[in-house]
Amino acid sequence: MNGTDVKPSVAPGVRLGQVSFVWRPLIVFVTLLLAAATFLVFCVSIGVGDFPIGLNRVIATILGRGERVDEFVIMDLRMPRALAGLVVGIALGVSGAITQSIARNPLASPDILGVTAGASAVSVFLVTVSGGTATAIVSSVGLSSAALLGGLGTGLLVYFMAWRRGVDGFRLILIGISVSAVMEAITTWLLVTADIRDVAKAQAWLVGSLDNRSWGEVRIALWCTLVLLVVVASVAFQFKPMHFGDEIAAGLGVRYSIVRAVLLLCAVLLAAAAVSAAGPVPFVALVAPQVAMRLARCPTPPMVASGLVGALLLIGADLVARTALPISLPVGVVTAAIGGPFLVYLLVRANLR
Amino acid sequence: MGTTAVERPAPRGTDTRRRRVVGLGMLAVVLVAAGVVSLAVGARALSPAEVWHGLFAAPDSDQRLTEIRLIVRTVRVPRTVLAIVAGIALGVGGALIQGYTRNPIADTGLLGVNAGASFAVVSVIAVFGFSNPFQYVWFAFLGAAVAGVVVFGLASIGRGAGNPLTLALAGQGITVFLAAMTTAVALTDLASLNALRFWNAGSVAGVGFDVIWPVTAFIVVGLVLALAMLPSLNLLNLGDDVARGLGVNIALSRTVGIVAITLLAGAATAACGPIAFLGLMVAHVARYMTGPDYRWLVPYAGLLGAVVLLVCDIVGRLVVRPGELDAGVLVALLGAPFFAVLVWRGKFRNA
Repeated sequence: MNGTDVKPSVAPGVRLGQVSFVWRPLIVFVTLLLAAATFLVFCVSIGVGDFPIGLNRVIATILGRGERVDEFVIMDLRMPRALAGLVVGIALGVSGAITQSIARNPLASPDILGVTAGASAVSVFLVTVSGGTATAIVSSVGLSSAALLGGLGTGLLVYFMAWRRGVDGFRLILIGISVSAVMEAITTWLLVTADIRDVAKAQAWLVGSLDNRSWGEVRIALWCTLVLLVVVASVAFQFKPMHFGDEIAAGLGVRYSIVRAVLLLCAVLLAAAAVSAAGPVPFVALVAPQVAMRLARCPTPPMVASGLVGALLLIGADLVARTALPISLPVGVVTAAIGGPFLVYLLVRANLR
Repeated sequence: MGTTAVERPAPRGTDTRRRRVVGLGMLAVVLVAAGVVSLAVGARALSPAEVWHGLFAAPDSDQRLTEIRLIVRTVRVPRTVLAIVAGIALGVGGALIQGYTRNPIADTGLLGVNAGASFAVVSVIAVFGFSNPFQYVWFAFLGAAVAGVVVFGLASIGRGAGNPLTLALAGQGITVFLAAMTTAVALTDLASLNALRFWNAGSVAGVGFDVIWPVTAFIVVGLVLALAMLPSLNLLNLGDDVARGLGVNIALSRTVGIVAITLLAGAATAACGPIAFLGLMVAHVARYMTGPDYRWLVPYAGLLGAVVLLVCDIVGRLVVRPGELDAGVLVALLGAPFFAVLVWRGKFRNA
């Protein structure tokens, strides 16, 4: 189903001991280019603000050779936000690439696994229901950790509900949709009954935002994402047949289903970590793998490139949200406002070619 | 039924047909029963005699009976009629969009219909300060229709025209864009945000016949168009090449189908707000009951949609008394676990 306009090219295979892959120069080139662009936007984003800092000074400070004033502004004030953007973008991009590959459906973003809906329901509950246990939970574990647990819990619930002598991609999607519907209904009901000022607070969170990040909030997402990326990288190489469909996959044996389960779990955790740091930023998980796939002319979403496109999209959108508009909007509004038309543009261009 | 009757031994074919007709009849009976209950149940419970009186008796001087008349005619009847009409529209719309996009997880929200309606509602409230649903229901319909047309138009450009995947992705792109714009407006205008949260819950209450009749007219047009296209929809599901070979005008069939979906979902959403998940769910349940023949699947989905929406509205009036739980919220709360059980028991195939 993926990549209607992209034909897999016949490319030479490469084997290095246990690891074998198809040598595609384009994807390496695109990935390097994306990495460079991401780093550049990351540095620009740190430099821009009420106290502008030049690009060379930003890079020097990141490398540990900056002046003391710059060090304070960059490392203490701006780095958490920029890192949050980077981490959330990568997490969403990779999570989207995994789910889209496994479900063989480009609409199968992590949202469908219930993660974002569950995290949102927990957060909106904590924001709108004041007093008693809600306040106690927020003060002891923090809003973002509670959201992480909510997203993770919902994701696992979907996964285990879909388990029936193995997990079938289609069943997973249907269960995910129904669990998400329940979580969204709870969220809607909480919003209907809540005080309007709390609703505004919840709504700002619901759209996805990088405002006022501190090191404490970023740290969890950062470590989760790093560990998960290592796991994904180590199993992904054995997972080339994931887009061939369930029948062929079943023929490849038990090892395959374990690997797929591990990857799905990683996708859920990555999405939960992202939501805990920035709220359910829309669209990045859906669009980043699709863009990466088209840039690299791959038949399936490439993992690394998807993560980089996600980071580029999120940091760039945050930059726009802070600077280009008269009022400061949450980053989620901008990712959607840029990403939506961009996806449409890609479609139209692919059709006209 | 024609093709099945040819392939299978005649007796068994007739059997299946009879079973399907009986099933359809039973759904209709359930719907009528739910309709009667809907008239009687609410903040003030009425006996069957009182309902009868409220419906048919001429006005008289008894104050208690006049009050009952008022409750039945201006509150209970409109919301019951709207639940049935909107339920049919959303059920049929859900079955059609899964057929036309050949995507089993497609929902009417996919065409941008819900997002377009929400954006229109928020915008006119922010710009004109409307506070009454009667004022913005038409803008909601306009927004829904425009979004649907734009999505379909974008998906029809060039070589990939009519490709189910292109349509789904274009729908997603426009939906997310509009949702962001909606949030941007709502976050800067507290009155719009306040209206939006009630609108978003999805409810069949509080709308009078002055809105219901025009909405119903659009839905009837949508239903007629949809039913006319069902045979060709069956052929489309064999793949474009096969359908073309069998003499189907693919572009025409798909265009009419999408127009029908936009009318159905747009009108229902304008009157009730976005009721998510209903169309998706009943389409799958209907497919489980009838098999893949759209000439049976679509009527089943329509009746199922009406039953589910009506029952959810009734339950919503009872569970949090003296308040009410919106039908849209209950559709998800009640329907989703039921749907999940069916999925888990392996009832659905990737269509």
